[in-house]
Amino acid sequence: MAVVTEAPPVTPIPEKKPPRKRGKWTPYWLLLPGLLWLVVFFALPMIYQASTSVQTGSLESGYKVTWHFVTYWDSLTEYWPQFLRSVLYAAAATVLCLLLGYPLAYLIAFRAGRWRNLIMILVIAPFFTSFLIRTLAWKTILADSGPVVHTLNALHVLSVTDWLGWTAGDRVLATPLAVVCGLTYNFLPFMILPLYTSLERIDGRLHEAAGDLYAKPWTTFRKVTFPLSMPGVVSGTLLTFIPAAGDYVNAELLGSTDTRMIGNVIQTQFLRILDYPTAAALSFILMAAILLMVTVYIRRSGTEDLV
Amino acid sequence: MSVVTWFKRHLVVIAGLLTLGYLLLPNVVVTVFSFNKPKGRFNYEWQQFSTDAWKDPCGVADMCGSLGLSLQIAVWATIGATVLGTMIAFALVRYRFRARGAVNSLIFLPMAMPEVVMAASLLTLFLNMGAQLGFWTILIAHIMFCLSFVVTAVKARVMSMDPRLEQAAQDLYAGPAQTFLRVTLPIAAPGIAAGALLAFALSFDDFIITNFNAGSTVTFPMFVWGSAQRGTPVQINVIGTAMFLVAVLFVLSGMIIGNRRNRQKA
Repeated sequence: MAVVTEAPPVTPIPEKKPPRKRGKWTPYWLLLPGLLWLVVFFALPMIYQASTSVQTGSLESGYKVTWHFVTYWDSLTEYWPQFLRSVLYAAAATVLCLLLGYPLAYLIAFRAGRWRNLIMILVIAPFFTSFLIRTLAWKTILADSGPVVHTLNALHVLSVTDWLGWTAGDRVLATPLAVVCGLTYNFLPFMILPLYTSLERIDGRLHEAAGDLYAKPWTTFRKVTFPLSMPGVVSGTLLTFIPAAGDYVNAELLGSTDTRMIGNVIQTQFLRILDYPTAAALSFILMAAILLMVTVYIRRSGTEDLV
Repeated sequence: MSVVTWFKRHLVVIAGLLTLGYLLLPNVVVTVFSFNKPKGRFNYEWQQFSTDAWKDPCGVADMCGSLGLSLQIAVWATIGATVLGTMIAFALVRYRFRARGAVNSLIFLPMAMPEVVMAASLLTLFLNMGAQLGFWTILIAHIMFCLSFVVTAVKARVMSMDPRLEQAAQDLYAGPAQTFLRVTLPIAAPGIAAGALLAFALSFDDFIITNFNAGSTVTFPMFVWGSAQRGTPVQINVIGTAMFLVAVLFVLSGMIIGNRRNRQKA
């Protein structure tokens, strides 16, 4: 028999405001500067990029719009391995983030007690320190002569992952495993925070009710806690998957040429090869693919109140 | 109680703490290696204890300059994004007007877009306009991607606010300006502060969008990126450690102040 906790304070429902007579234009003046910024520096660039992707020409002679849609097909046929890899790595990182992040979010929400604030700070603080420095630290952690690789080798884990193709030559650095590890690490807080927010909202009395009805802890979790935390799971997976799929920092710092993701290709095309049409087409394909996946995912998971 | 039942009972706590360890391990490594004396250009292997880097944190050419530049950009981007974002948030929560849905999606899209796509498209715009890449293009880009996060943070706070408080102020003959400054703004402040803090962190730490739109200007994340190829000075770890400590102290003091306020109210 569990102790019934006190009911949470009921927030008063604010009354509908009477329509304002004055200031009919106020919302528009408030919106104007910010929206203008987003239109000029976010929406307009997308249009420029769309037009760039159907241009032909060269840096020397200049580019012209020739509706050269073949660029899309060419870049897809040439770079599909990188696309596939991006989706696979990002998906792996997202699943790992969920598996790792859920216990920590649960711990903060229900079990931490007076340690809650401290743990929260330790989750948030890395946000304020350079993620590049921290990612480089993984080079030290996963180094060939380091303790992690030694341990994994001693346990014969690496021979298994070598066989699976996740690692190569009994080392972790410069392999898919290192890149996924880095991605998981970098985007883990983006999973933990929404999970925590939705777990915290759950009424503790529901757990007690489940316990009173003879549900085992695991059943309570499966039938009560997890379904109620679905909004957090959905927004957490989105916040992890989308940036991870476009990332090129982890693949560059922890991977090798065999682990290049689509972000690396776009970066190289744009900043080194200067083949703007291909680069623009690639980022458009990436954007479209992600928007498509996200839409399907949101529809299927049935949570519309994300935004 | 057997070990197995103890383990079972504390499974969540153990798993959670392991994750916390995973999150903090790189910070520990960064701190430890700030006391290293590396052989050669790279600071990836432990050699010898030394406090040289801590005594001379700006001893590396250009590093502290890039740090100053990043701070400067972050401050301006925070101010810009917070002002614009707060205005949008108030308009969205407090007024009914046409095209609210469209505005909401325009706010949401930058957060749902991979950074590399935004970075590349912004670069095409700047190239087409013939803009000189540097401080201003970086600032423009940072305000752009921080804006949505500020709007979301402020919106959440303003939505939970009771509009009757403002009506009460007006009933007591407060003018619109007085109502806003004495009632609305103080209540919305935590949301605005959260948005500003988020904007600062995002701008200060941004690499992908900056890398595309910086030209030859070097911010601190870009300096770190370059050092990964050229050789990483120990001073980078010193800065990383200092940033972590400052962040912890900052968030800690914020929470203590917040708690004290709440207690006073109660």
